[in-house]
Amino acid sequence: MHAEIFDRFHEADSLLHRLDPRVKVVIAVLFILSNALLPDGAWAAFGLAWLVLLWANMLSRLGLDFTFRRSFVALPFALAAVSAIFSPLGHPLAEWTLGALKLIPTDYGVIKFISILLRSWLSVQVAILLVAVTRFPDMIHAFEHLRVPGILTTIVAFLYRYLFVLTDEVMRLLRARQSRSAASPGQRSGRSVLWRAKVTGGMAGQLFLRSYERSDRIYNAMLARGYTGQLRTLNPHILRASDWRIGALAIGILLLLQIIGRF
Amino acid sequence: MLYSPASMHIPDGFLSLVIALIFWAITAATVALAISKTNKSLGEKQVPLMGIMAAFIFAAQMLNFPVAGGTSGHFLGGALAAIVLGPWAAILVMTSVIAVQGLLFQDGGLLVMGANIFNMGLLTAIIGFGLYRSVASRSKGVRLTVAGVAAWLSTVTAALVASLQLWLSGTSQLQIVLPAMLGVHVLIGLGEAAITVAALAFIEQTRPDLLNEKAVMDKGGRGWVFGGVLVSLLAVLFSPLASTSPDGLNRVAKNMGFLQLGHSAPFKLLANYAIPFLGKTPVSTIVSGAVGVLVVLGWMFVLGRILRRKAE
Repeated sequence: MHAEIFDRFHEADSLLHRLDPRVKVVIAVLFILSNALLPDGAWAAFGLAWLVLLWANMLSRLGLDFTFRRSFVALPFALAAVSAIFSPLGHPLAEWTLGALKLIPTDYGVIKFISILLRSWLSVQVAILLVAVTRFPDMIHAFEHLRVPGILTTIVAFLYRYLFVLTDEVMRLLRARQSRSAASPGQRSGRSVLWRAKVTGGMAGQLFLRSYERSDRIYNAMLARGYTGQLRTLNPHILRASDWRIGALAIGILLLLQIIGRF
Repeated sequence: MLYSPASMHIPDGFLSLVIALIFWAITAATVALAISKTNKSLGEKQVPLMGIMAAFIFAAQMLNFPVAGGTSGHFLGGALAAIVLGPWAAILVMTSVIAVQGLLFQDGGLLVMGANIFNMGLLTAIIGFGLYRSVASRSKGVRLTVAGVAAWLSTVTAALVASLQLWLSGTSQLQIVLPAMLGVHVLIGLGEAAITVAALAFIEQTRPDLLNEKAVMDKGGRGWVFGGVLVSLLAVLFSPLASTSPDGLNRVAKNMGFLQLGHSAPFKLLANYAIPFLGKTPVSTIVSGAVGVLVVLGWMFVLGRILRRKAE
């Protein structure tokens, strides 16, 4: 089993870990929504949102820079927003020629670009924190309570459970390929790209069949253990007064951020 | 590192709220329809099967193969899932995969997840299943060829729609993001096509019962063929046109009020913008686009032939 690859939960005893998963999911989504609603260039509000995040990091007892260290996953996508710098609205700041392309960065464009990056950076961090302080089965349970259709939560639950098993399967396939692909020093192993793609496709087909046939056995085993179409959990998930209080506090802070961002 | 993020998952913050919510609405409605359809047609047994198939798509994305210069081919799986599982089940499976990628790995945002599911789950299901079903009764070579084209086209279409979403949100300039995204995914799509064809050839060989004519026909009606062909034609005709004359598209979108949706004011185009690596007139680009499609078709046909010969 390779649980360490996929499990993003970090054990600790903290306020955030004990918070009801529903409240955590709602706060995280509202935080992302709040970032999307903040107007471009609302630097004070963005800064405060970051301070709130740092505070949440502190409350989680995972370390102040916990989410910061992991927050660069969305960075490659920033490339897509670079062209916003050259938005024709606003005043030109400079003029660059790049071959046949004439690039004119504007003040409006630069503000827009930085705002997009900040929004994405803050949103990614709250998502990182959410999965670090919530066990995944609890999170699925929270989505069930939040009226996500049962068939989807069940599929996701199975996906998560069997991901580990199939990952082992993938590793076996990769190991088998590697052990049959010897290469002399200085020479590449394998033939053309097409041939390599075909080998990989064969592995994908093999993986498909192994999973397909395994699902039959799994279902029979589940029926034998009393499966009725419903996944159960031992955690009762009852909203306590403290959960409500923290939820209300978070919503208040987010409203305050919106007011600061707009005036 | 076993898990490498794919290039098409839009993170939070890159789409305007209006665009994100519009696509959430479309996606939620389609997924609700898929749930009611699968509830009607599938037994309770199919739910664990779909869960494990979702895990399969996820795990199959770890299988990469070296292409050249340190980059590697990477698998999305939407078209393969639609062909093997049928379109409605594939929509649910891809929705779950994208949801877990967004939640657990922050690969794709939460607020923009509707748009991501639309691009990589719904479009791939329509194109993948629609095109494949249209030739379900033909020979193996034809079917594999069409499956490869469908896999390639679904990747390219997803990239096309993602760049339109970014443009309408005011995040990217159309004349930059569209050629860039299409250029990259035209190549990535080739890998997708190759793996999809090889996987299908393998499944046909070992479990032909999963892919026989009746099994495919039962999974979705004729409407899918119509939808698949329509979306494919739109994508093939629209991409070169949009790449060469973004001005026209900008004007149309502005007149219809689309651009105000993204919370930036309407765009005005710079006079001197020219895209050097694309042709000058729309006609010539449509021709070259068609030639490109023919080349891919031919390549997939040859691949199908080779694989069939190996199989026999």
